[in-house]
Amino acid sequence: MDDLLSEFVTETSESLAVLDVELVQLEQTPDDPELLSNIFRLMHTIKGTCGFLDLPRLEAVAHAGENLLGKMRDGELEASSETVTLILECLDCIRGILGALAAGEAEPEGDDGDLIRRLDAVFEAGAAPALQAEAAAAAEPQEGTQEEIGPKDGSAQEPAIGAQTIRVSVDLLEDLMTTVSELVLTRNQLLQTLRAQRETDFAGPLQRLNLVVSELQEGVMKARMQPIGNAWAKLPRVVRDLAHELDKKIELVMEGAETELDRQVLELIKDPLTHMVRNSADHGLEDPQTRSTAGKPEVGTIVLKAFHQGGYIIIEISDDGRGLSPAKIRAKVLEKGLLSEAQLAAMSEQQILQQIFRPGFSTADKVTAISGRGVGMDVVRANIEKIGGTIDLSSAEGLGTRVTVKIPLTLAIVSALIVESAGERFALPQLSVVELVRATEGSEYGIERINDTPVLRLRDRLLPLVVLRDLLELEASAPVGAEVSDDVVALPAGERRKGAFVVVAQVAAYTFGIVVDRVFDTEEIVVKPLAPILRDIPLFSGNTILGDGQVVMILDPNGIAATTGEITLAEEGMETGEAAARPEDEQVAMLVFRAVDAAPKAVPLALIARLEEIDLERVESLDGRDLIQYRGQLMPLVQMEGAGPLPKAGRRPVLVFTDRQRTMGLVVDQIVDIVEDCGRVELSSAKPGFLGSALIAEAATDVVDASHYLTLAFDDWFGTEAAEPFGSDGEGRCVLLVDDSPFFRNLLSPLLSVAGYQVTAVESAEAALGLLQAGSRFDVIVTDIEMPEMDGFQFAERVRRNQSWRSVPLVALSSHATPLDLARGRKVGFRDYVAKFDRDALLDALQDTLAEERGAA
Amino acid sequence: MTGDSVQAAKPETEAVAESADFVTCSIAGQLFGLPVLRVQDVLAGCQTSPIPLAPPEILGQLNLRGRVVTAIDLRRRLGLKPRDAGGRQMSIVIEHEGELYSLVVDGVGEVLSLEAADHEPSPPTLDPQFRRYSAGIYRLAEGLLVVLDVSRLLDYSGAQAA
Repeated sequence: MDDLLSEFVTETSESLAVLDVELVQLEQTPDDPELLSNIFRLMHTIKGTCGFLDLPRLEAVAHAGENLLGKMRDGELEASSETVTLILECLDCIRGILGALAAGEAEPEGDDGDLIRRLDAVFEAGAAPALQAEAAAAAEPQEGTQEEIGPKDGSAQEPAIGAQTIRVSVDLLEDLMTTVSELVLTRNQLLQTLRAQRETDFAGPLQRLNLVVSELQEGVMKARMQPIGNAWAKLPRVVRDLAHELDKKIELVMEGAETELDRQVLELIKDPLTHMVRNSADHGLEDPQTRSTAGKPEVGTIVLKAFHQGGYIIIEISDDGRGLSPAKIRAKVLEKGLLSEAQLAAMSEQQILQQIFRPGFSTADKVTAISGRGVGMDVVRANIEKIGGTIDLSSAEGLGTRVTVKIPLTLAIVSALIVESAGERFALPQLSVVELVRATEGSEYGIERINDTPVLRLRDRLLPLVVLRDLLELEASAPVGAEVSDDVVALPAGERRKGAFVVVAQVAAYTFGIVVDRVFDTEEIVVKPLAPILRDIPLFSGNTILGDGQVVMILDPNGIAATTGEITLAEEGMETGEAAARPEDEQVAMLVFRAVDAAPKAVPLALIARLEEIDLERVESLDGRDLIQYRGQLMPLVQMEGAGPLPKAGRRPVLVFTDRQRTMGLVVDQIVDIVEDCGRVELSSAKPGFLGSALIAEAATDVVDASHYLTLAFDDWFGTEAAEPFGSDGEGRCVLLVDDSPFFRNLLSPLLSVAGYQVTAVESAEAALGLLQAGSRFDVIVTDIEMPEMDGFQFAERVRRNQSWRSVPLVALSSHATPLDLARGRKVGFRDYVAKFDRDALLDALQDTLAEERGAA
Repeated sequence: MTGDSVQAAKPETEAVAESADFVTCSIAGQLFGLPVLRVQDVLAGCQTSPIPLAPPEILGQLNLRGRVVTAIDLRRRLGLKPRDAGGRQMSIVIEHEGELYSLVVDGVGEVLSLEAADHEPSPPTLDPQFRRYSAGIYRLAEGLLVVLDVSRLLDYSGAQAA
């Protein structure tokens, strides 16, 4: 194509896009002279250039439009909805001719007489607006009534594009990026070589090269950045047209249009965004009558918001429409046979809402021309996940819906952790890696198994594990399980001894561990898309070339999470507030097992040090007690009340309890599961050895009193003050324990007694203050933070204000300690802040606190 | 996305032009031809890193001057018996929809310019998998040459030949 013509096409297309937006604005502020003259100027330029390039047809249409706009600018004609519609039609006509021009280089044949006549008719009648409206109505029979639509933001004062910018073709930018990517790879390769050679003259220049390449990379990335507003430019028009078509009143509010992201990402989210906005307008918002009946303003609002957060851009699309109805979704899912009744019954409302992302689902009762195009939310989700993003949805019936999209800023270069499994290397995007744990036998972190499923006890939680080798079926040839021992994860013998690495990864709210053999460096990798023939494998998001030239696959944490278990969708939404405020609902991991009879029994997982399986032949009997050699020590074995003598052969699972130097094993019949359950225990049990019962996983379960069995194993486990307490650090000091949960009081009291403290436990801050008032003296107070009525902070303030108590050190106990809480705790006078399930930390904190006291005294 | 499959479904039109140039290669004793304009490179041997979970005919991927190339074993793709261990292999690198693929064959021959007059559609009696990936046959003095339809060969969307 002729250079001049091609430039004209590009420029005019841009002008048309601007005109679209400005005309819609004009409709709302018909008497904005600046806006009007700008619109006129743009139209005039188009017409002028047409004449210059000899494009008579285009010129005629533009001329008629310009005439009309001229009259409006001069104040002789009002910018009514009808006029604007007519001008928009004129723009569409220009756009059509332009498209043909771009494809065929010559002006296409055609007659625009009708449009021009209508434009002229309004122009002639212009002096009398009332008359003109009629004329327009006659010429435009399908035109509806005026509606309030259009963007609300102040983009009228658009940032002026100065002469400081030049236009560069997209292809050139792409090529530049590819070249820089190659440069980055070559640099990585050089740096790797450099690492092998200590003394070399290349070191200096290479470091400089390294720096320059990094800067260049950053610069090119920046050049590719575009404001997200570019993807939104069409939306005001889309919404306006929709409002007309559907007879709704819609207001589109756009915030953060200047937020920048990579051009490539921008292109990819354009369609999903448009689709979601259409959805909101079509399905989300009600018609004006329904809205006013519901007590809402007639004009529905769609808010589009974009902002940066970390290495991500967050886009929110929300509306104040009818919201999603879980009941309707449930019915639809059933009707389409996507899920069974039983599956649905087990779901939370939030989970049911997520079903709209399921392929084959579409909520609209009738397929409309607007959003029912066979493209459902499943496609939107697939497109967003394809670029490494996530999509989340929350909705309140009658109040509205909010969709949150989180996408990476750039796809081209990411930082990745290189790992190895079965001799193959893989890259794992650093963004989803939380931490690395080395799991070795006998170390603090060991991999344990529940019914063959590996898990890792990481601090106070249990981490589900995924073995990469199994997931990728990497060892089809090796004898699987040939050398697998009972207490270790299925790794070949050699590597088992060395231990494995667990990469703790997080996807949305789901945290899990990926077991790999080795972990290498973090490298800046250039993400290359997968060949289409490999895109069906959900575990990979791309491939890359490492510094040494080898091609490796990039693992997709989203895909791994999705294939290995359901992603626990964040239960956050419009109704989270109250749940978080209820301290009773603290989650406690309980180990459920069977012993003696069929009734399930449970014990808090935090109390258990290890799970083992023992060979009963190795059990020795001494003085009527069962003992077994365990890790170089003799470990006493006890059984649940009512169990017969241990059989002489076979294998049995054992729960190992450890405290300082002592270890005790509780022999059970079967380990069933680990359940996260709220710690509400009904304290009714009169049976020895039981704390009470709790509803765990919908079955009445006896909660075992571990301390009862500890005393069975060692008479002096709870070393009384009279005898020398083996822990001795407590030395009979008095501890006041304040916790509203009976479960925790019963969990912590024995713990503290074990360490030699004398414990008084009360259920509320008021009760504690009562005790203090009554003259009881304590060496240290340990208090829960989340309590009804008076919380831990208020309690601490009260204690501090009293002359005689202010010297008593306070230790806070909480199930969720954030840095903010810590700061607040220190401020009100807590000596220490301990996580509820970390018993060692609690004991250490008490010891330190008391030692400090002694030192001060 | 849907555009790809439409394009891929089109048979190779260049194969039936008046005269066309082909890079010849042999797989399991059979002579094949690939349109010369689509061939980027010919490599001796094929050092690849494997791709877990990929279809069996995908041998792996390799780095060709900074670009990632996916290697496909044509023997498997065409449903022929696998190559003997240590058997000779070469690969032909072609570009398809912006991606590079390396088609692994037994040997690569010369470039032939073939007349349209010698071209014939594939006989209907041909093995279906074979027929699916061929864009016709050329009768040559030294034997028959099967023209490979690259687009179909690399079309893994939807209707996968099982």
